[in-house]
Amino acid sequence: MNKKTIKKITYHILILAFGFVMVYPVLWMISGSLKDNSEILTGSLNLIPDVFRWENFANGWRGFGGISFSVFFRNSLFVAVVSTIGTVLSSACIAYAFSRIKFKGSKFWFGVMLATMMLPFQVILIPQYIIFHRLGLVGTYLPILIPNFIGRAFFIYLMMQFMVSIPKELDEAAIMDGCNKYTVFTRIIFPLLRPALITSAIIQFYWAWDDFMGPLIYLQRPQMFTVSIALRNFADTTSVTDWGAMFAMSTLSLLPVFVMFLFFNKQLVEGISTTGVKG
Amino acid sequence: MAAKIEVEKKSFSLKDFIQKENTVGYVFAAPFIIGFLAFTLIPMILSLYYSFTDFNLRGGDWIGLENYVRLFNDDRFINSVLVTLRFVFVSVPLRLAFGLLVAYLLTRKAKGVSFYRALYYLPTLIGGSIAVAIVWRELFSINGAVNVMLEGLGAAPVNWFGDPRMAMWPLILMSIWQFGSSMIIFAAGLKEIPAELYEAAEMDGANKLKSFFKITLPCLSPVILYNLIMQMISAFMTFTQAFVITGGGPMDSTNFYALYVYRHAFDFFNMGYASAMSWVMLVIISIFTVIVLKTSKYWVHQN
Repeated sequence: MNKKTIKKITYHILILAFGFVMVYPVLWMISGSLKDNSEILTGSLNLIPDVFRWENFANGWRGFGGISFSVFFRNSLFVAVVSTIGTVLSSACIAYAFSRIKFKGSKFWFGVMLATMMLPFQVILIPQYIIFHRLGLVGTYLPILIPNFIGRAFFIYLMMQFMVSIPKELDEAAIMDGCNKYTVFTRIIFPLLRPALITSAIIQFYWAWDDFMGPLIYLQRPQMFTVSIALRNFADTTSVTDWGAMFAMSTLSLLPVFVMFLFFNKQLVEGISTTGVKG
Repeated sequence: MAAKIEVEKKSFSLKDFIQKENTVGYVFAAPFIIGFLAFTLIPMILSLYYSFTDFNLRGGDWIGLENYVRLFNDDRFINSVLVTLRFVFVSVPLRLAFGLLVAYLLTRKAKGVSFYRALYYLPTLIGGSIAVAIVWRELFSINGAVNVMLEGLGAAPVNWFGDPRMAMWPLILMSIWQFGSSMIIFAAGLKEIPAELYEAAEMDGANKLKSFFKITLPCLSPVILYNLIMQMISAFMTFTQAFVITGGGPMDSTNFYALYVYRHAFDFFNMGYASAMSWVMLVIISIFTVIVLKTSKYWVHQN
């Protein structure tokens, strides 16, 4: 073996070894979902359980307070899907206004949008809560869903970047053929925006699926809990002794994220590198 | 006849109005403008107003600067500022350093680079979830896997969440562990650096290390600045991990700013006091952002 091959092999071994350390906690969680409680409690480092306890999943799925995890998953799915659709559609409209239409004040509003990217959300969290409380909406999904229909600066920016690459001649040709500025959006720009829409949708779905603060302060009835709130309650109930079941539900809660990452990791990486989304 | 023409004219002008650039622009930008007013600007003004009152959900009176005076005499508050600063100053530089290092190692055209990138990005992808927070709590518990490993290495086990001096470390480690998005942004920046620069440096006899400091870092400095500011702001707002893993304890040693604001706002319903706190937070974050931006002219290279 020459020096170059040895160097190459060392490189791959080092990268893989460090990568293994990186994903170890995740693997440990997945294996924990199949372990016996006693094996978890002794802090075993093993990734392969001594005995495979598949019943952890059935036990966890039963949930708590008579509400099963099927309810929590349905709630999370509902919240994530609605907020993804809302965010993506509204962001696309706003991006179209900023990148294709010359209207008075567009520069000002664009600046405002960039500034909101840097605003810590805690500053508006309390007054928003008070407003929704006054409106009698605390305890419903609306305070979590409505703010998704106003676009998100990161996605607006991402879509604007993408629109730059769509030639303006297409718009002009469509106008010659009898389109107006509205139908140019619906018939030309929106369909061509697809890759950017998919990227934004994936990232927003993750955010909405993982969101904790919103459901934590706005949801009150356990029947309405999302998976993240349910998991936290599940793990915090002092009576919980079934660690295996807790790991099983934790693993399941990440399943949609894993599956989407498997299929869309290219779009995700592109989206992050163009805008720097996802803290 | 005359009336009919007028109607036509009127409807014609309405149509005209709808098709005007200004109208189209505001129609499409409406979600943002309305949303900004309703969900950002008005709440901000309200929160500034509430910060001068003793508002709880039932009502409140104007108390002037009392909340702000109280803040600076609140030891738990001052502690939460210090705890947060400590977390930000340790975790952000390390997170960026790891992100940059791994991005740099993964730029070479080796087989499997995109697989490796996905591998290193995975923790970031799921890091914000409650599931991972729960796993972290178990990993670092007194009988957890981390202590088992330490014992295996011959070290004494650490009571991570029982010792006020140690409780911050699992949270810092967790934050560093999620360097994935910085890594991806750095990787995109590294791709932009022209290969000729490296070739020229090699001709001049520079080794890998030297060209990293003389070429890579200066060329990447605008990206570093961007990452630094965004990561800093998000580190200042850290909430979920501390809420789930340590609950702020023991003895307030991980009682982050955002956590303390949450306690006052939603556990004690001291909305006025919590509003004052979040405004002070905004000021602190702004000061640090401005400091970073001001110093950037000494270390960020344009072009």
